[in-house]
Amino acid sequence: MSTLSAIVAGVTYRSRNGAVEALSGVTLDVASGEVVVALGASGCGKSTLLGLFAGFVAPTAGQVLIDGVPVTGPGPDRAVVFQDDALMPWLSAEDNVAFGLRLRGVGRAERQQVARDLLRDVGLDGFAGHAISEMSGGMRQRVGLARALAVSPRFLLMDEPLGALDELTRERMQMLLLHLWQASGKGIFLITHSIEEALFLATELVLMSPRPGRIVQRYRPDFARRFLAGEPIRAIKGDPQFLAMREDLAATILAGDEEYARHG
Amino acid sequence: MDKTARGHGWATLATLCLLLALWWGVTASGLVAPLFLPGPGAVAARLADLARHGFVGASLLQHAGASLARVGLAMIFAVVTAIPVGMAMGLWPRVNAALDPVIEFYRPVPPLAYLPLIVIWFGIGEATKVILITMAIFAPLAIATASGVRRVDPDRVRAARSLGASRDQVVWLVIFPSALPDILTGLRIALGVGWSTLVAAELVAASRGLGFMVQSASQMLVTDVVVAGILLIAVIALVLELLLRWVERRFAGWSGTR
Ligand SMILES: Nc1ncnc2c1ncn2[C@@H]1O[C@H](COP(=O)(O)OP(=O)(O)O)[C@@H](O)[C@H]1O
Ligand SMILES: [Mg+2]
Repeated sequence: MSTLSAIVAGVTYRSRNGAVEALSGVTLDVASGEVVVALGASGCGKSTLLGLFAGFVAPTAGQVLIDGVPVTGPGPDRAVVFQDDALMPWLSAEDNVAFGLRLRGVGRAERQQVARDLLRDVGLDGFAGHAISEMSGGMRQRVGLARALAVSPRFLLMDEPLGALDELTRERMQMLLLHLWQASGKGIFLITHSIEEALFLATELVLMSPRPGRIVQRYRPDFARRFLAGEPIRAIKGDPQFLAMREDLAATILAGDEEYARHG
Repeated sequence: MDKTARGHGWATLATLCLLLALWWGVTASGLVAPLFLPGPGAVAARLADLARHGFVGASLLQHAGASLARVGLAMIFAVVTAIPVGMAMGLWPRVNAALDPVIEFYRPVPPLAYLPLIVIWFGIGEATKVILITMAIFAPLAIATASGVRRVDPDRVRAARSLGASRDQVVWLVIFPSALPDILTGLRIALGVGWSTLVAAELVAASRGLGFMVQSASQMLVTDVVVAGILLIAVIALVLELLLRWVERRFAGWSGTR
């Protein structure tokens, strides 16, 4: 068990044209075995929050801890998956997956073995030698996921990992993600701006709002567990309870927008 | 070029044939005297003769070899200096602020303009020519390297850091390969600049080399050697260009596909 915590964390970016309060007073735990999903429009600080957890960004207020110890920088206990794959296009799929192992000096044969097993786990059996440029967006995201899993992180941090995918690929990836999560029990922090995706994947869902970026609502959906217990994805997403929550979320977001429009 | 040019090779070939026919026409008809422009046949014969007997004290191979050795040496010097300097400029804004003005100051100056100064400092020996070409290659290569480094996707760097990469690993396993396509393109352009500068420099101060050969032939009014020399200079430039394109495809073929 491990927990990644943001405690009344804030981030203010300072640039030549003034300061932007990207995040303010955010308190959030990501524990092993949980899928914490941040939902919100662009600019509400989701990536900044992920950057805090990943150690790319230092908090200007509050604290970010991993099992009580301050996070001081990025590390392989918190592997990141990006929307725009961020792969190394000069390496084959297999070498991309093995990249983190190569960094820590794992031998070639062992790297290869791990990479091939992981490529199989993400549904890319037989694509080990393929060039990244020959792969579709969905396949690249799978490679990115396998690369993150290869370093055996305690947490997976995912910034809109499915944002660039078409509807069908996206749903397939959602299911893959839940299966991998079930098999590994890792703590997952995932960003999306799809309400449906957030509801389906999250064990804890936080709704964020901009200027300054903060958490405005928290939900505890159980659709991910129902899916893993065997309920079909279409049945879940068509379930009146799911639809009601989706509408409620959409209404909350809309109300927030109107509030914002009225008071600036 | 690759994709657009393929399948249209006939157009290139047609232009070449047309030019050759035109050249042959104006010379064979006597419209232009051989002193001003010898015919293709005469030039071809002269090329064969040059290959066998050489010109002004050196074989054709020695002339071409002298030019190629100078440009090759300069290229090695430029690669081992300009690439690290460009990397440092791209990685650290402070280094960039220190060096960029110097490079931008001398870059637009035609190398032949500072050749006289280098001749005063280093004489008219080999060193002068190699230094001149190195300087001509250095600036564009350093600038291309620095901009390639700056263009690296920050998420790619973050990904590597979150996988546990040290600073050095980020530089050599992520930033350098990411910038390699830009570096190789810079090298190809720089080499073209270097080659033309070299040949021009040999017109001024040399006792061997293709530029020197053309220059002395011109003074002796041996026009067929002048034309043969120019063609040779062009062909070598083309071969160097194609060679570096091959290197680009081989080592940076992944870029441009995405
Ligand atoms: N490096 C930065 N410098 C200055 N402002 C930034 C920087 N990164 C993000 N911001 C600003 O902070 C706010 C939150 O950004 P971000 O965390 O990327 O939001 P999201 O991921 O939800 O779209 C935005 O207003 C954005 O413009
Ligand atoms: Mg974002």
